[in-house]
Amino acid sequence: MASKKQIEEVFFKWLSASFTYGLVALLLFIIYEIFLKGIPALSWQMLTDVPQGGFYFGKEGGILNAIVGSFYLAVGASSLAFCISLPMALFLNIVLVKYKSVQNTFRFILDLLWGIPPIVYGAFGFAIMISIGLQTSLLAGIITVTFLISPIMIRSMDEVIRNIPPGLLEAGYSLGATRFEVSFKIFFKQALPGIVTAFLLGFGKGIGDTASVLFTAGFTDYVPESLMEPAATLPLAIFFQLSSPIPEVKARAYAAAVVLIVIILFVSILSRVIAHRFSKNIIK
Amino acid sequence: MVLLLPLFILLGLLLKSTPLIEIKSITDLLFSSDWHPTRSQFGFLPFILSSVYVSLIGLCIMLPLGIFPAIYLTQFASSKFLSVMRSVIDVLAGIPSVIHGIWGVLIIVPLVGDFLAPVFGKDTAGYTILAGGIVLSVSVIPFVLNMLLEVFRTIPIELKEASLSLGTTYWETIKKVVLKKALPGIVAAYALGLSRAFGETIAVLMVVGNVAQIPSGVFEPGYPLSALIANNYGEMLSIPMYDAALMFAALLLFVVVFVFNLLARFVISKTEVL
Repeated sequence: MASKKQIEEVFFKWLSASFTYGLVALLLFIIYEIFLKGIPALSWQMLTDVPQGGFYFGKEGGILNAIVGSFYLAVGASSLAFCISLPMALFLNIVLVKYKSVQNTFRFILDLLWGIPPIVYGAFGFAIMISIGLQTSLLAGIITVTFLISPIMIRSMDEVIRNIPPGLLEAGYSLGATRFEVSFKIFFKQALPGIVTAFLLGFGKGIGDTASVLFTAGFTDYVPESLMEPAATLPLAIFFQLSSPIPEVKARAYAAAVVLIVIILFVSILSRVIAHRFSKNIIK
Repeated sequence: MVLLLPLFILLGLLLKSTPLIEIKSITDLLFSSDWHPTRSQFGFLPFILSSVYVSLIGLCIMLPLGIFPAIYLTQFASSKFLSVMRSVIDVLAGIPSVIHGIWGVLIIVPLVGDFLAPVFGKDTAGYTILAGGIVLSVSVIPFVLNMLLEVFRTIPIELKEASLSLGTTYWETIKKVVLKKALPGIVAAYALGLSRAFGETIAVLMVVGNVAQIPSGVFEPGYPLSALIANNYGEMLSIPMYDAALMFAALLLFVVVFVFNLLARFVISKTEVL
């Protein structure tokens, strides 16, 4: 005879288990549904052609403009953010190592920046663009997305670097290494898998974000040829073309969605593999 | 430099919205519902309320969807399953919100329009506050779940052992010890989730209907602040004061999100000391 509390135990165990599996199923269902719609729309022409006759009305052509534009934008922004993030994360953990309260303030502000919605970054980027007289362009998009992903990159690098044993720092100093040498020859190598993961995390966020590039990168039917030209991006290609009444145009949105998901999944699995592979060379 | 960024954003948005604040009082802007940009009437109430409603619906859906999986994964499931699920959740958290938006248009909007609304005797195409809230919760949940897993991980195992040694069942321990200990962290995680929901743009914009009115029920279309900014950037330079109004909307979002983050981080930092 099961007592009341045993029944309660079993009930809640099953309840929480079913919520868990339900949630995962729901999230996988989203990806499945997009693939279901998008895979039939994919074709060689879709991937290698720019839209013909306007992205909103033209029935012919593909999404090359968005693929290349997204790629330029994400590579540009994540490289730029990387150049800011790496020195800052190292500075935070090596130069400021003795000032715990400064470190914490630093981390607190970065967490705040991480929480600010992309649309606010977009509006802010737009305000800057107007004040320095920049048109909607690839450059403006890259700058805005850099602002957006830098806090994420710094914070995730910081999480890795702060877990490096402080003994390494002291050992480095005791051998006469400068702070620069300790930073870039010891800590950088030690944190390499984490740094690569942080870079790829930033890349993934940059390529998937819609709201911040909406005002800043613009949209175009062509592949951008310079930094000053507007650039199409995959999320915007999805967003604009999905609202079209023409089925062929909608198909382009679904195809763009599949391409975007594949890129994001690829990047996120790649970062896991790299983190695993590189972690062999690390002193534990 | 990066440290000053929040200040720059605040100042930049404030500067851009001053033309509007100068001619209208703040209370007038916040509590009026006259939205006629061409007549220079900017009442933000419909947008603020839409944002609040959508976020609250999202929060209600997120509550069970976050807490139960977090309990199951950290308390009942094996550690191997937990680590696999951690990767899965991380990957799912990376899916951009525009994808959730498409899914919302394909699945949730017809579901709300064709099934849920008739049950309650309402007639709608499905582009409603409710659809916005559902899509929102799906897009924010991996983020909240990740934080909840962190929260539950910090609960000392000794506490659980002490409780179990007194002859409680697992569920009793979870209910009376773990949840109680984790409460501040859980509140903080949901506060951060709520602030993320408040600022979420594209996924909501695609399903919420975008009609500038004070929504009178969950089956009415709404128009959240973030969607307002995203939808009107094109014409904002052609109507006087419109750009200032949109920047003011961005400022509002910024301030709300900032305050929520501040509170949540404060709670987190307090619990880590204990």
